[in-house]
Amino acid sequence: MTAFVVAAHYLRETFRNRFVIVFGVVQPGLYLVFFGPVFTGSGVGSWDVLVPGLLMQLALLTCGLTGFNIVFDHRFGVLERLRVTPASRFALLVGRVMKDAVLLLVQATALLVLAVAFGLRASVPGMVAGLALVIVMALGLAALSYVAALTLGDELFPPVAGTAVVPLLLLSGALLPMEGAPAWLDVASQATPFRHVVDALRALFAGSADGLGPAVIGVVLFLAVALPLATHVFGRENA
Amino acid sequence: MITARALTRTFQGVPAVRAVDLDVHEGEICGFLGPNGAGKTTTLRMLTTLLRPTSGTATVAGHDLVADPSGVRRSIGYVAQGGMFTPVSRIGDELRLQARLHGHSAREARRRTGEVLERLDLGGFEQRTPASLSGGQARRADLALGLIHTPRVLFLDEPTNGLDPRARAELWTYIRGLQTTIFLSTHYLDEADALCDRVLIIDDGRIVAAGSPADLKRDHAAATLDEVFLTVTGRPLEGAAA
Repeated sequence: MTAFVVAAHYLRETFRNRFVIVFGVVQPGLYLVFFGPVFTGSGVGSWDVLVPGLLMQLALLTCGLTGFNIVFDHRFGVLERLRVTPASRFALLVGRVMKDAVLLLVQATALLVLAVAFGLRASVPGMVAGLALVIVMALGLAALSYVAALTLGDELFPPVAGTAVVPLLLLSGALLPMEGAPAWLDVASQATPFRHVVDALRALFAGSADGLGPAVIGVVLFLAVALPLATHVFGRENA
Repeated sequence: MITARALTRTFQGVPAVRAVDLDVHEGEICGFLGPNGAGKTTTLRMLTTLLRPTSGTATVAGHDLVADPSGVRRSIGYVAQGGMFTPVSRIGDELRLQARLHGHSAREARRRTGEVLERLDLGGFEQRTPASLSGGQARRADLALGLIHTPRVLFLDEPTNGLDPRARAELWTYIRGLQTTIFLSTHYLDEADALCDRVLIIDDGRIVAAGSPADLKRDHAAATLDEVFLTVTGRPLEGAAA
C-alpha cells in the first residue's frame, strides 16, 4: 500500500511536467524519423525489427538513467526525510520503481503508436506481450539505476550512467541485429538480459514466441539480482 | 522522552560522539549546543535512526533505537539542516505524502496539511514551490513536514541556520508555540538562551555541561552562555574548531 502511495506521489509530480514525458520519447522518435527509413530501406531489417530495438533504447534511457531523480532527492534532504518515516525502505524503493514502470509504459505506448503511423505492421498481441516484457525488465533496470546513483553519488553517477547506457544499448542489438557480430561480441551480448529481451520482442512483433523462454529467464534472473541489491542499498545507513 | 547512555559513534575508528549520556523530559525544549563538528548532527542522526550507534543505548518515546527503529520513527518528526524539499516540489504534495507515510488516510492527510500550514501562517501555500518562498517561510514549510503527523518528539537540526536575525526571531516564536518535546541542535548561543528550557553543551563528541541556561550561567559565574562555553572548554564558541 505504501509503495502505491509513493508511486502515486511521484507520478503526479512527473505528469505535471509533460515536457519530461515527451522528451523521453524524443530520442527514440528521432531514430524512427531519421534512422527508420534508412534501416528499412537498406535491407537490414523492417520496422518490426527496428521498433523493438527502439523500445529497448527507451527503457535504457528512461529507467537506466532514473537514478538522476534520487540524486536530487538525496542532495535536497528528501531521501533522508522519507527514511525517518515508518514507511519501509523496500516500499519507498518499490514505489519509485513502479512510477518509472508506469512512465515507461506511457512513453512506450506513444512510441508504438508513432511507429504504426510510420509503417510498423506487427502482431497486436505480440506488441502487448512485448510491452509487458519490457516493463517487467525495466523494474530491475530502474532499481539498479537507483543503486548506482546512491553508490556513486551526485558527481559520478551522471557521467558513469550516461556512458554505461551506450554499450548496454549496442550489446542488446537494439540498433543493429547481432547475428553478424564477431564471436566475442556475440558472447558479450548474450551475457546481458537485454539481448534476449530484444530478440524476444522481435519474435513477438512477428507473431512468434521464439526466444521468449530465454528472455523470461533472463529477466527473472535480472530482477532476482537487482531488487534485493537495491533493497539492501536503499536500507543501508547514509544511503 | 529521550534517554541515551554511553551513546557512541565512530567513523572508521575516529570517534565523532563519545559515550554521550542524555535525558530529555516530556514537553521541554532541549538545546544541543556546540561548534560545527562537535558531534551534534551525528547524535541527532543516531537518535532519529538514520545512523546506527557504534555502542551504547538510547530510547526515544519509549522505543529502543536499535531494537525498535520503526517505533522510534512513528513517534518522531525530523527537520534536517538545510531543508527537506526539492526546489520544484509543491509544498502541499510533500506534506500529504509525509502524512500518508505516517499512516494517515488521504482525507486525513489533506486535513492535516491545511491545518499545519495555517498554524505556521502558510495558509494558501499548498501549490507553492520552496524556491518561491523566503528563507523564513521555507524553514516553516520544513517545520510543517516535521509536524504533520503530530510527533511526540521533534528533532530540529540547526533550524535557523542561514536565516537573517529577524527571520530567526520569528521562527523562535513558532518553535516556542509547538507544545511538544523538542530536541534542537544549534551553534547559536542566543538561540539556546532564548528558546531552550535546558541546554546540553557538546564539544569534541562529549557532553561537557548540562542545565537550564540560567543554572549554567549561575554555576559557572557567567553572564552569557558564551562565557559558560569558554569556561568549560577553554575557548570561545565562535573560535571553536570546525
